[in-house]
Amino acid sequence: MRHRLQFTAKKLIRMALLLLGVSLTAFLLMDASPLDPLQTNVGQTALGSMSSEQIARLEEYWGANTPAAERYLGWLGSALRGDLGVSLLYRRPVPEVIGQRLANSLWLLVLAWALSGAAGLALGVLAGASRGRWPDRLVRGWCLLISSTPAFWLALLLLMVFAVWLKVLPVGLSVPIGAAAPTLAQRLRHALLPVLTLSITGAANIALHTREKVVDVLDSDYILFARARGEKHILRRHVLRNVALPAITLQFGSIGEIVGGSVVVEQVFSYPGLGQAAVAAGLGGDMPLLLGITVITAALVFGGNLVADLLYGVVDPRIRRGAARG
Amino acid sequence: MKPILTVENLSVSFTRYGRGLSRVELNPIRRLSLAVEPGQVAAVVGASGSGKSLLAHAIFYLLPRNARVSGTLLYDGVPLTRPLAESLRGRELALIPQGVTYLDPMMKVGPQLCRGQRDQASRLRCRQALGRYGLGPEVEELYPFQLSGGMARRVLIASAVAGEPRLVVADEPTPGLDLRAAGRVLGHFRELAGQGAGVLFITHDLNLALTVADKIVVLQNGQTVDEVPACALQKGEGLTHPYTRALWRAMPQNAFDPGEEVGGP
Amino acid sequence: MKNRRKNALILLFFACLLLLAITLAGGALSETASETNFAHKNLSPCPAYPFGIDWMGRDMLARTLAGLSLSIRVGGLTACVSAAIALALGTACALSGGWVDDLISWLIDLVMGVPHILLIILISLACGQGFWGVTAGVALTHWPSLARLVRGEVIQLCAAPWFRMSRRLGVSRGQLLRDHLLPHLLPQFLTGLILQFPHAILHEASVTFLGFGLPPEKPAIGVILEESMAYLTTGRWWLALFPGLTLVAVVALFALMGERLRLLLAPASAQD
Repeated sequence: MRHRLQFTAKKLIRMALLLLGVSLTAFLLMDASPLDPLQTNVGQTALGSMSSEQIARLEEYWGANTPAAERYLGWLGSALRGDLGVSLLYRRPVPEVIGQRLANSLWLLVLAWALSGAAGLALGVLAGASRGRWPDRLVRGWCLLISSTPAFWLALLLLMVFAVWLKVLPVGLSVPIGAAAPTLAQRLRHALLPVLTLSITGAANIALHTREKVVDVLDSDYILFARARGEKHILRRHVLRNVALPAITLQFGSIGEIVGGSVVVEQVFSYPGLGQAAVAAGLGGDMPLLLGITVITAALVFGGNLVADLLYGVVDPRIRRGAARG
Repeated sequence: MKPILTVENLSVSFTRYGRGLSRVELNPIRRLSLAVEPGQVAAVVGASGSGKSLLAHAIFYLLPRNARVSGTLLYDGVPLTRPLAESLRGRELALIPQGVTYLDPMMKVGPQLCRGQRDQASRLRCRQALGRYGLGPEVEELYPFQLSGGMARRVLIASAVAGEPRLVVADEPTPGLDLRAAGRVLGHFRELAGQGAGVLFITHDLNLALTVADKIVVLQNGQTVDEVPACALQKGEGLTHPYTRALWRAMPQNAFDPGEEVGGP
Repeated sequence: MKNRRKNALILLFFACLLLLAITLAGGALSETASETNFAHKNLSPCPAYPFGIDWMGRDMLARTLAGLSLSIRVGGLTACVSAAIALALGTACALSGGWVDDLISWLIDLVMGVPHILLIILISLACGQGFWGVTAGVALTHWPSLARLVRGEVIQLCAAPWFRMSRRLGVSRGQLLRDHLLPHLLPQFLTGLILQFPHAILHEASVTFLGFGLPPEKPAIGVILEESMAYLTTGRWWLALFPGLTLVAVVALFALMGERLRLLLAPASAQD
């Protein structure tokens, strides 16, 4: 048990360090960008009509004259207290904007994450178990095709077919315009195409990797011995059991891809989620919001990796028993 | 006595890619013949890389898909076809593999032995099989990584013979074991033969084979070059084939000299 | 029995030829791609204009080819740069060990922790967007997985008994690297390089589509598809269908080439 706690603590410290690194990198990148905080925040015309005294005051407010290191430490200090600054685009505190956007996106992300994982696992096991035969060729061909397809084009294609051509689904927006409290059915209807796009793209990668693992397991000595002993249900008893560990890694490792995909897909479907906010923040020079979104997203990805590591300890008897003994 | 297993002119070949576009034909087993009678331990002795494991896998129809097989396999006088082998695996046909990698690392020993059957009778049978090789019921709760080398070997034997095999194929079951432990394992084979099973013992170690086998089949480059009674080899009498003679001379107690004949002891 | 390796070689040859043809044709057509002709606009595909005409009277076939050419060139540049970074950092990691290894491994985790698209946006913003922004973004984000692979290979090789023996016999490390490490690493590296192409091209297109990449006056696929969004609801499907479809074909071709190359360069593999 102590061993597990130590392991978890180590992982948490590493995660905190990585997050620190991400925030510093993002901060420095934004600092390097030629976007002038004064111009993007106040606006070119407003700036032109101001006196130099006013401009100097604003420059001080936006910290244009303080060195980057000092400003980063300032940001870090307030961030640790939960203050990520004020979004310039939405004129509200960044955590508030992120919270609301994330609540919208969460639907989409969780559904797509679960669906792509389940479909990817199923397709991968199917392909691996029928290696070299037509189901395998079909799945591999499909995965190659999908992983060569940009997510936004797939989104456009689905949009053309279902919303424009067949007219069965709405073009976009997570809620119908004007509706105050959307019902569950409405939410689902509007999230359907984005979820479908993200699931299709996400599943291809998981399926290909799962297939490799299944093939490895099927080539193993213990499968040979199981067959030599005339065992039935080898797939269920041995293959799935041994594919479980890599599947956990794949599933929790796919969080980054799903979130990354949502940036593009939300843009196509004009879905008011976190990804769309990231694009808007980038285009509008809203540095505090973009920084906040980057850090939160990285936290999600690292959190996923951490959960995978911890789950390993539960699922893998070598770690579970090994720790119990030590 | 009528052999339980007859192998006639067995050949196994693969095609592999060499570098670039070239393809190489590999013939690890060529025209291999042997017979195992009930109650007999027949040892197949050959150098490492002489295709010995493939022989075991061929009998069980477990060769990789890209292998090409020709020749005749007879089980109890009838052709051993793939469907027949599949129906016999785990019942009359038992394989004893090399080591712990042949156990599923994610599954406890008990359930692995029971092959998924949870009824009282099969669980009792598994417990008895373990007990026969000196393993207590607590072993059922262990994962393979918790077994010592000797324990793992005994678990493998137990799991192979939990049914009532008429033919046991043991594929190099002793490497990594010390002499005493190896002796115990071989004793178990003798025991199985004593109960009427035919045992095919595949090894690279002639000395070891002599301690347990009734007859020795000598392989060279995947080909049967000689089949001699164990007693003849022990005494070094009546060895006609030069390779067998060389093998015999290479044994530590017989001058240790694989070179040309300089007059035996 | 047919020789799959020979088939792979033939496929590689024709794929290269096709991609080269697209690159050259697109480059030559970059002028035509921007030519407007308001006399005939909004034409759906017909024999004279198989990909149709857009709302400004531009030939979509020329625009698509020019866009693909641009994609392949940007993809090639970024894939090469990121592969070079991967090779340098991966080898440095494996050979120096200690804190260098820790630091680079940490950096790999860091880059992999932020979704590619977000990181590319950030880097592109830092570089002032446009061609160099997106090129820097894609090149600086795609090296980690290949670097990890290189690191693993080099460590494995250095731990091999013959390697340590040669070192002890006085063979210099540089010589060992040149004579053994590079030839051993080259096949994997080449395959990795080719397999970077699809990701690089797709990410460039995505980032351009979002508005952080190539400028709108360039006939990039991302730009073409972004512009088509406004016309989809009015039923001008050809503006999005063909450019996207050909992009998928080009990317899939690169992915297929990478896979076949792996098959060809594998030292010895069973016939399957």
